[in-house]
Amino acid sequence: MTIEEANIREEVLLICGCDVTRCMKCGKCSASCPAYDEFDIKPHQFASYIARGDMYELMQSKTIWNCLGCFACVERCPRDVRPGKLIDGVRQAAVRRRGGTHLQPEDIPSRIDPDTPQQLLMSVLRRERK
Amino acid sequence: MQRIGVFVCHCGSNIAATVDVAAVAEAAKSQPGVVFATDYTYMCSENGQNLIADSIKEYGLTAVVVCSCSPRMHEATFRKVADKAGLNPYMVEIANIREQCSWVHKDTEIGTPKAISLMKTAVAKVNLNTPLQEGESKVTKRALIIGGGIAGIQTALDIADAGYKVDIVEKTPSIGGRMSQLDKTFPTLDCSSCILTPKMTEVAQHENITLYTYSEVESVSGYVGDFTVEIRRKARYVHEDICTGCGLCMTKCPSKKAKNEFNRGLNTRTAIYTPFAQAIPNVPVIDTEACIHFRTGKCGICAKNCAVQAIDYEQKDEIITEKYGAIVVATGFDLIDLKPFGEYAYNLSPDVVSSLELERILNAAGPTSGHLQRMSDHRQPKEMVFIQCVGSRCEDDRRGKPYCSKICCMYTAKQAMLIKDHYPDVNIHVFYIDVRTPGKAFDEFYRRAVEDYGVDYIKGQVGKVTPQADGTLLVHGVDMLDQKVVEINADMVVLAAAVEPNPDIRKLATMLTLSIDNNNFLNEAHPKLRPVEAATAGVFMSGVVQGPRDIPETVAQAGAAAIKVVGLLAKDKLKTNPCVAQSDELYCNGCSVCQNVCPYGAISYTEKEVRDHGVRDTRRIAQVNPALCKGCGACSVACPSGAMNLKGFSNRQIMAEVDTVLCQ
Amino acid sequence: MSVTEKMTSPEAVLERENLAYLGDAKGKSEGEWTPKIVAFCCNWCSYAGADLAGNNRASYPAEIKIIRVPCSGRVNPLFILRAFQKGADGVILCGCHPGDCHYMTGNYYTRRRMALLFSMLDYLGVEKGRTRVEWVSASEGAKFAATMNEFAEKIRSLGRNVRLEDIRCRN
Repeated sequence: MTIEEANIREEVLLICGCDVTRCMKCGKCSASCPAYDEFDIKPHQFASYIARGDMYELMQSKTIWNCLGCFACVERCPRDVRPGKLIDGVRQAAVRRRGGTHLQPEDIPSRIDPDTPQQLLMSVLRRERK
Repeated sequence: MQRIGVFVCHCGSNIAATVDVAAVAEAAKSQPGVVFATDYTYMCSENGQNLIADSIKEYGLTAVVVCSCSPRMHEATFRKVADKAGLNPYMVEIANIREQCSWVHKDTEIGTPKAISLMKTAVAKVNLNTPLQEGESKVTKRALIIGGGIAGIQTALDIADAGYKVDIVEKTPSIGGRMSQLDKTFPTLDCSSCILTPKMTEVAQHENITLYTYSEVESVSGYVGDFTVEIRRKARYVHEDICTGCGLCMTKCPSKKAKNEFNRGLNTRTAIYTPFAQAIPNVPVIDTEACIHFRTGKCGICAKNCAVQAIDYEQKDEIITEKYGAIVVATGFDLIDLKPFGEYAYNLSPDVVSSLELERILNAAGPTSGHLQRMSDHRQPKEMVFIQCVGSRCEDDRRGKPYCSKICCMYTAKQAMLIKDHYPDVNIHVFYIDVRTPGKAFDEFYRRAVEDYGVDYIKGQVGKVTPQADGTLLVHGVDMLDQKVVEINADMVVLAAAVEPNPDIRKLATMLTLSIDNNNFLNEAHPKLRPVEAATAGVFMSGVVQGPRDIPETVAQAGAAAIKVVGLLAKDKLKTNPCVAQSDELYCNGCSVCQNVCPYGAISYTEKEVRDHGVRDTRRIAQVNPALCKGCGACSVACPSGAMNLKGFSNRQIMAEVDTVLCQ
Repeated sequence: MSVTEKMTSPEAVLERENLAYLGDAKGKSEGEWTPKIVAFCCNWCSYAGADLAGNNRASYPAEIKIIRVPCSGRVNPLFILRAFQKGADGVILCGCHPGDCHYMTGNYYTRRRMALLFSMLDYLGVEKGRTRVEWVSASEGAKFAATMNEFAEKIRSLGRNVRLEDIRCRN
């Protein structure tokens, strides 16, 4: 873990307020995840990645952009680790470092499916622009 | 003023090498109250002891200070010497000039002044000592066991076999407890009721055991050796002494819709019932909520059919009062409520069952006569999923418990093997977090399930169980080792629910002033060294009431609790520690602070009539029960008015020690 | 203002008295001054730990004087105040580890009570370093000795305690 990674880790933990040492690797988060197959790093791995400090890998993962933020994992986690918040925290750290966002607002219109509910677009925009 | 004798020990060269013992004795002579001081090679030897005894008599000593090794070593020895010489044993103080002086300092120049200082401190304390008398309290030679499961049964049998009277109070209509609900036991797979029933019969036939089934403890008062307990015998509406147990009433009863608690509600029973066929006592009980006679005043079929007129609708609850010397709490456990676990669909489908329900399904006397069936359509399942740690190791206190329930890994392996034995075509998948098998032949047992029976163990958890239109249950989980989603169309899902102490324990703990932990398990007097004793003297514990455990551990603990009870009951009188708290009623303002800090419930309050300047008044005054007090002194520090004091370590004594330590 | 006036002004008198007092204290602290330290040890863990330190011949300074109490929860804050009044330079309180109290809850009371007392003493000028609570089990003889050495060293570095001391008690 580099110093930079340690700093990112501190930042992530500060953002999400979670305690990764409580994780007992039960996998309930992954089992509850509706987007599990879309992830390269699975929800249950987040706690150990963060504990180890492999922050660059996490920030480059697809997971942080594919997570729906449904928080089923947060609700079901028996140890109160709240993996969804960890993912959210890493995403925010990534956003801050890129000085913007993964998805630019002008890219969005071309990607819009006519069936996508407006509310979803708004919530995605809000979340990504943070 | 005391007449104090100071005896300085050389302990061979142990003390004498670094402390000028003669100088210590010499210095002692100038201390207030000291009339005699000497030194000797070995104070604890017979000659040394005689020296002390003779000096007590010769100089008329009223107090003794021995400068020697640690009081933890020989305080008892020197107290006995004083006692033999006619001096109150609590007039002896030890100055620890070996462990805390000669052995830690290497120089006589340092050792001697420190030894003198320690001697002075002990003299200052002993000056304020008062003779203390060990109290005596009687022992009622009868034990009470609360709970008639395997823990209570085993404890009762062991105590009764030692020749003491035992009463068992059991809440349900029969003894037997959880073990009677089990089909087989791990890791030997022997039939649970085959090993339990003989014990139950033995209890029923034992001349020293009295059974109070369908009864509850109403109140407890008193203390070790002399508890007074009120037991409520709930009305059975069947006379226990008349009933022959023929069972005709149960076959004739027209009300058959009551939930069968013994089968965990999987089927129904009649309104007049015994929980199971081997019930002890084999006397039915009328469930007044289901009974047509109690609801409408009509019916009465059971009474008409009873050949011996044992049925009495007018029976009332009865309170009996009995005295006991010791109490054993063995109230056992239940499974947690599974309703809050919505993701497992326990509420939605009858085919999602708890492990104890499965146990009943597998049992030949159970709701399906031992045939493995889905409770919805009575079809034999082909795919079964077991989910481990449901509610165990769960920090969410709204639905789970933070501890490991300990028995689930093993009983799941057991149930999987039993099913595979009878139905080899059933596929069994077990979702686990960890498989924990510490115990004799436990890991071998689990490996047998995997290797010989082909049970599919999947490391991971289930996220959701969804009942499907075709009646199956879609189990969605992940295999954490393969990083793959696992979806199984199961016919039956079994939840290994966490165990929790019987909820009645809270009420009982209040009655008995027991301490319970955050999870309602009883706390032991010492977690390592006094594992079966409760902090309250004379109260012991046995079984899961203390923490999750399996049957052999419970039986072992029952034996341990029994020997502790026997050890207590074998005494005719109990000596009580005289170094106990004492409340000065002149100062006590009745604030109850001491009562709240006392861990032993030794403090009670009485109204006392006093005359204050000619005016009659009643005041609330703290009273310490010396039989319960252990002498920790918490009350003496908490008391805001300085009314509480601790005999043997009084405020003045410790103050005198502080003063003497510093003023030299 | 004349010299006499200066000498007899209330401030000057006060200052002189203070100087005399402190000078006296300093005078003692030079040369052969050794700290006076009281250690309250609970009978079941820490006193046994102290015995074990002796058994193992682990040395600690002679100025540490141990007073045996049944439980650390028996130590009334008054005892500690009394010790400072009588000229103690440091007070250390040893009990069983939390959760291991022979009387179940005594050390929990101690922990809270002493946190409060020590911060009050700190406010009154008795530095935090002069007071300490330490959990020493019956098997921790080495820890007992190490703790005592460390504490005595700390007291030496802090010097003589003059706050709360009643000089009338000095001998």
